[in-house]
Amino acid sequence: MSNKLRLIADGLVKNNPTFVLLLGMCPTLATTTSAINGLSMGLATLFVLVLSNMAISAIAPVVPDKVHIPVYIVVIATFVTLLQFLMQAYTPAMYETLGLFIPLIVVNCIVLGRAEAFASKNGVLASACDGLGVGLGFTCSLTVLGLVREILGSGSVFGYNFIGGNDGMLAFVMAPGAFLCLGYLMVLFNKFLKKN
Amino acid sequence: MAAKSNLTNMVLVLGVTCLVCSAVLAGAYAITKDPIDAAAAQKTNRAIAQVLPHFADAEYNEEGHYYTATDGDALVGYAIESTVVGFGGNLSLMVGITPDRVVYNTSVLSHSETPGLGAKCSTDAKFMDQWKGFNPAVKKLSVKKDGGDVDAITASTITSRAYAQAVANALAVFDKIAGQAKIAGQAGNDAVAGNEEIAGQAGNDEAVMPDSDRASSEKEEHSNE
Repeated sequence: MSNKLRLIADGLVKNNPTFVLLLGMCPTLATTTSAINGLSMGLATLFVLVLSNMAISAIAPVVPDKVHIPVYIVVIATFVTLLQFLMQAYTPAMYETLGLFIPLIVVNCIVLGRAEAFASKNGVLASACDGLGVGLGFTCSLTVLGLVREILGSGSVFGYNFIGGNDGMLAFVMAPGAFLCLGYLMVLFNKFLKKN
Repeated sequence: MAAKSNLTNMVLVLGVTCLVCSAVLAGAYAITKDPIDAAAAQKTNRAIAQVLPHFADAEYNEEGHYYTATDGDALVGYAIESTVVGFGGNLSLMVGITPDRVVYNTSVLSHSETPGLGAKCSTDAKFMDQWKGFNPAVKKLSVKKDGGDVDAITASTITSRAYAQAVANALAVFDKIAGQAKIAGQAGNDAVAGNEEIAGQAGNDEAVMPDSDRASSEKEEHSNE
C-alpha cells in the first residue's frame, strides 16, 4: 500500500509534470488565465490520465509492439471524447471556457508519456495510482499558476474580486505573464525540492 | 512486455480496439445527446429572457435568426441573433429590441476575445449596462473614438466596435422585420393571429406544466422542429 502512496506522491512532487518534467506546456500556458480554469483543465486531464492508464495497462500485454502507439492514441482519444460529451452535457459553462483545449488532451504528452513510460510496464492498480499522482500534480500546478495569474492580472481569487475593479496587471492574463509566472514558480518549486 | 508483431495480431488488435472504442462512444453519444440539446436550448432561452421584458411565447424565425416574443396578442419584441467578427474570432450576441426600436438589453452568446481585455464584453457591468434601453434615435451607435456614444472597454476598442456593429446589424434586421410588417398591413395581422393559433395547438399536445415560462419554451422547441 505504501508503494501505491509513494507513486501518488512522486507524481505530485518528484515527477511533477509542470514544474519538473515540463510536459503539457501548451494547455498549461493557455488555460491558466484564472484559478478556476486551471483547476478544471487539471481535473479534465486527471480524468483522462487515470482511465487511459488503467485501460492501457490492462491491454498492454496483448498489443503488438509495432502498433502500440496507434492503439494507445485510440484509447486516449476515446476517453477524451467521452469527457467532452459529459462536459458538454452537464457542465456547459466550463466546456465553453476550456473549449479547444479539451480535444487537445489527446495529444497532451503527459498522457501518452505516462502510458508509454509507466502504464505499459505496470499493473492496473499501480497505473491508476500513477495516473492519479501525475494528474493531481498537474491539477495543483495549474491551479497555483492560475491563482497567481488571476491575483496579479485580474485582482481576484477564484472569481472573487478583491480590488473592487477590473484593473489588474493585464500582462499577467496574457501569454507573456504566463511565461513569467511559470518561470518564477518553477524556480521556487525546484529550490524547495532541492532543499529537501 | 508487448507481444511480438505479426500481420494477424496487428490487424486484430487495432481492429478490435477501434470497434470497442467506437461502440463506447456511440453509446455515450446516445446517452448525452438529450442533455446536450437541453443545455443548448436552456442557454438560448435564458438569453432571450434576459434581453426582453417578460413575455409568454417566443417563436423562432430560422431565415432571419430571430425570435418573435409575444404575450397574448401583444408583441413584446424581437430577440435577434447577431454574429460579427470580433478581435479573436466570431462574436455572437442576442439583441433584444422592443417594438419602439429601442434596445432592451443585449447578451453575449459566444465569443473568443482575449481574456482580461475583450472578454470583458460579457462581464464588465459598465459596458453591459449601457446597452439597457439604448435608443439609437437619441444616441449614436458607435464607440466614442469614432464619434459615437458607446463607451468602449479599456484597451479593447476593436471588440467594442464589433459589439456596436453587431447591435447595428440587429437593428437592421429589426427594420427589415418592421418594414415587412408594414407592407403586409392588415393581411399581416391575420397571419400573426393564425400563427398563434397553430402555436397554441402545438402547446396543447404537451403535458400540462405548472410554470408558464417553461411551457412556452417547450412550445418554442416544438415549433423549431
